[in-house]
Amino acid sequence: MMEQVIMNKLGFPILSTLIFLPIAGAALLLLIPRAKESLAKWVGLLVSIAAFILSIPLFTNFDKSTHLMQFAERHAWIPSWNITYYLGLDGISVLFVLLSTLITILCVLISWNSIKTKVKEFYISILIMEGAMIGVFCSLDFMLFYLFWEAMLIPMYLLIGVWGGPNRIYAAVKFFLYTLVGSVLMLVGIIVLYFYAGRTFDILELMTKTYPYQMQFWLFWAFFAAFAVKVPMFPVHTWLPDAHTEAPTAGSVILAAVLIKMGAYGFLRFSLPLLPEASRAMTPVMLTLSVIAIIYGAVICLAQTDLKRLIAYSSVSHMGFVTLGIFALNLQGMEGGILQMINHGVVTGALFLSVGAIYDRTHTRQIADYGGVASVMPVYATAFMIFTLASIGLPATNGFIGEFLIILGGFTANQWAGVLAATGIIIGAGYMLWLYQRVFFMEVNQKVAGLNDIDAREIITLLPMVLLIFWIGVYPNAFLGFMHESVKHLLERVNSGSVHEMNMAKNIMELIK
Amino acid sequence: MPFVMPDLRPVLPEIVMTVLALAILLADLVIKRKETIAFLSIVGVALVTYVLPGSMGTTFNGMFLSDGYSMFFKLIFMLNVILTVLISVKYIVIEKVNFGEYYALILFSTLGMMLMASAGDLIVLYLGLELMALSTYILAGFIRYDIKSNEAAMKYFLLGAFASAFLLYGTSMIYGLTGTTDLKAISAYIVANGLSGNPVLMLSMILFAVAFSFKIAAVPFHMWAPDAYEGAPTSITAFMSVGPKAAGFAVLGRVFLIAFGSVKLEWSAVLVPIAILTMGVGNIVALSQTNIKRMLAYSSIAHAGYILLGIIAGTSDGMASVLTYMLIYAFMNIGAFAVVIMLRSEGFKGDNITDYEGLSKTHPLAAALMLVFMFSLTGIPPTAGFMGKFYVFMSAINAGYTWVVIIAVMFSAISAYFYLRVVMYMYMKEPKETVQLSTSPAIGLALAITVIAVLFIGISPSTVVNLARAAVSGF
Repeated sequence: MMEQVIMNKLGFPILSTLIFLPIAGAALLLLIPRAKESLAKWVGLLVSIAAFILSIPLFTNFDKSTHLMQFAERHAWIPSWNITYYLGLDGISVLFVLLSTLITILCVLISWNSIKTKVKEFYISILIMEGAMIGVFCSLDFMLFYLFWEAMLIPMYLLIGVWGGPNRIYAAVKFFLYTLVGSVLMLVGIIVLYFYAGRTFDILELMTKTYPYQMQFWLFWAFFAAFAVKVPMFPVHTWLPDAHTEAPTAGSVILAAVLIKMGAYGFLRFSLPLLPEASRAMTPVMLTLSVIAIIYGAVICLAQTDLKRLIAYSSVSHMGFVTLGIFALNLQGMEGGILQMINHGVVTGALFLSVGAIYDRTHTRQIADYGGVASVMPVYATAFMIFTLASIGLPATNGFIGEFLIILGGFTANQWAGVLAATGIIIGAGYMLWLYQRVFFMEVNQKVAGLNDIDAREIITLLPMVLLIFWIGVYPNAFLGFMHESVKHLLERVNSGSVHEMNMAKNIMELIK
Repeated sequence: MPFVMPDLRPVLPEIVMTVLALAILLADLVIKRKETIAFLSIVGVALVTYVLPGSMGTTFNGMFLSDGYSMFFKLIFMLNVILTVLISVKYIVIEKVNFGEYYALILFSTLGMMLMASAGDLIVLYLGLELMALSTYILAGFIRYDIKSNEAAMKYFLLGAFASAFLLYGTSMIYGLTGTTDLKAISAYIVANGLSGNPVLMLSMILFAVAFSFKIAAVPFHMWAPDAYEGAPTSITAFMSVGPKAAGFAVLGRVFLIAFGSVKLEWSAVLVPIAILTMGVGNIVALSQTNIKRMLAYSSIAHAGYILLGIIAGTSDGMASVLTYMLIYAFMNIGAFAVVIMLRSEGFKGDNITDYEGLSKTHPLAAALMLVFMFSLTGIPPTAGFMGKFYVFMSAINAGYTWVVIIAVMFSAISAYFYLRVVMYMYMKEPKETVQLSTSPAIGLALAITVIAVLFIGISPSTVVNLARAAVSGF
């Protein structure tokens, strides 16, 4: 099995370092007295910057010519159950690790002045979150993956519930319960897989086996429960508007930029390669749900009066594009889907950061309370314009590349899906531009008159996002190049094997028998 | 027939325990500082633990078995005593019931549990059960002047006596059917005479299931638990929620897997509905509790449901998962009760969930510990609670009970709501009044032991799992 992976050749175990450096940072913060708030902030910032710098070799040293897992590390962990501590990255996961390390820095920066209570605990939560997120993307052992996946719930629950808005407790509990219900069903699926494959949780080894279609069918839905809730796909998306809206800015950014990507990542890493036949058979359902999410999310956006809620629903729509691209099951669609995950992380992350910046000044999220911001805060308005255009998918921004590839792929897979998804883009342009108009143009609202423009710290926070938007938009190959080989390999795996018709009624009948 | 002295080595731990309990009872007359008695009890229990490994063997014509299985359970009992004594020292002073008999009764009760775990014969099993139960009834009512404590003891006693009657009835039927009370001989008789499907056997199996369900507080025989847990002194609630439950599972496993091992299909048809009901009622009723002791009582009922899955699996992995879960449960549950006890101070009961409001602000460490125990009881990694559940579910799925596990994980997700509510009160609400914590070095030690164990087993469960597997290998 060892030839399937490329062991880590850097001088240090880079993936373990990336996971445990933030967690060690959190432990260090525990020792700092509560009163020393600025020290806690600085520790949080320095640890997150250190993690980002350490993650750069992933970008520079990544071998783009292979689909194999790279930077791999493997140690025995729980031999009684044959669970290994097995880490590695391929073209599908590597960019998300980089995104996570970058986003964490920005989250620390944007929270600098806005978090005033339990400051130390806030940064502890953020750092533990970072470690767990990176762990999710690096795990090559299903149980290790599950552990990080679940452990992430604890800091996120606290982030929303402790530092969130007025309705935070409801949102936190809803987030926790939705995700937990999905996850435990996946756990059952993982265990079933474990016994069928001969007691192993090793993802690469699990992929070498083929499973009977009946079993694939049920496992697909068990995994669906976990991943679809996280994405979130229609109709299990209802936790997201609440969680996004009530979370503090940093929480919304992490949720939008990284956390909800894990659902789509789960489909790519587990559902498709482990259950290829079921995945192919379920394509019609998945495409339908994706298209519904795209259009439904976009239409709902038109009716929102709350800034964060609007962006939250736009996430539902955008993630619909992602799942559409993935389940188009062709190269364009899938690469577009993965790129769009990154894009959405960058753009929606940036939008939440921007909203956070102005919320710190006005303490209102109501769109009606704004107006004429462009004349009061010109720099801010420019940045927000860029993010708006990227969100719409204007050419030369990253959004264009992603959505274009997805619609291309979607059209190849199913013409109707492609056409309907394209209408989502039109509605998307509508609600984003309308939002921009209501907030930044028109008469200056009393509540925003005399506000200071964004300061250097906030500009530094937003600048990386602006750069990424144009970098991906102008030269997408810098990023698509990472995923070519891995996506090709994945598609080969998915498109091999026999064809099964999707017949739910038959499956359920057979179960009853 | 000449009298042959039976081999006493296997019962050495029990002998030491008996001597210890009697000595504590006597020492109480001369020693005025009750903390000294607590200390002596712990030293004595440590001595019992020390002689445990050397006691392997069978004696009294197979009536008393000391094997890996019993030893693992005895380890849980010893741990239970030590942790209970540690969290009691200050608490019983606050409750004004600082008497030496308290410790002696705990030891007698534990002696009963040890006998149960080692019982190779239904009569020994009954003796142990009664010794355990009678001592615990008294302990539940130990706060004499408190009407709730009295109520707890009364209810516990009445329903416990009822359960004992069921057990005796089942035993007599089995004796009538097979002519023996020896577990292995019963099993041999059932196999030799092809008794599966025999109505008398079925009836006695149901009677056993009922009796043991009372002890482990499984639904529908759980009615005593919430009242008994709420009214009993909190330290005893912690003791009762682990010790007698573990002992109940020890005999349940022994009787059903050894004596009735050949008719597993029949009894699993009885235990599966009990397990599902137990998880369901425990978790759902816990949602609406406002008293933390009652909530933990229902939680304890629910956990019995999860553990039952291991018994239902009926494999050696299943039994190992029961042992593992029980040990983990001991740590996390007593840990949670230790925090509950700390909130009790002079003139303040501190057993309402609302009393936890803003605890993270006033007492961050206590809140953080409670957070760990609550997440562990929910079963969120990287805590031990997750590993326990994982192992039980895994063995049940391997035995073909996937559908039961799906129900179990759904209830487990529901349970997150009430455990997280405690976290929510601690971290997301502002403190209304400053809660005083009654801390002491002893309770600090108990908390340190439990939290380290919960996190350590959560990250590296191999040691415990291997120990449990070794324990059931000779089963």
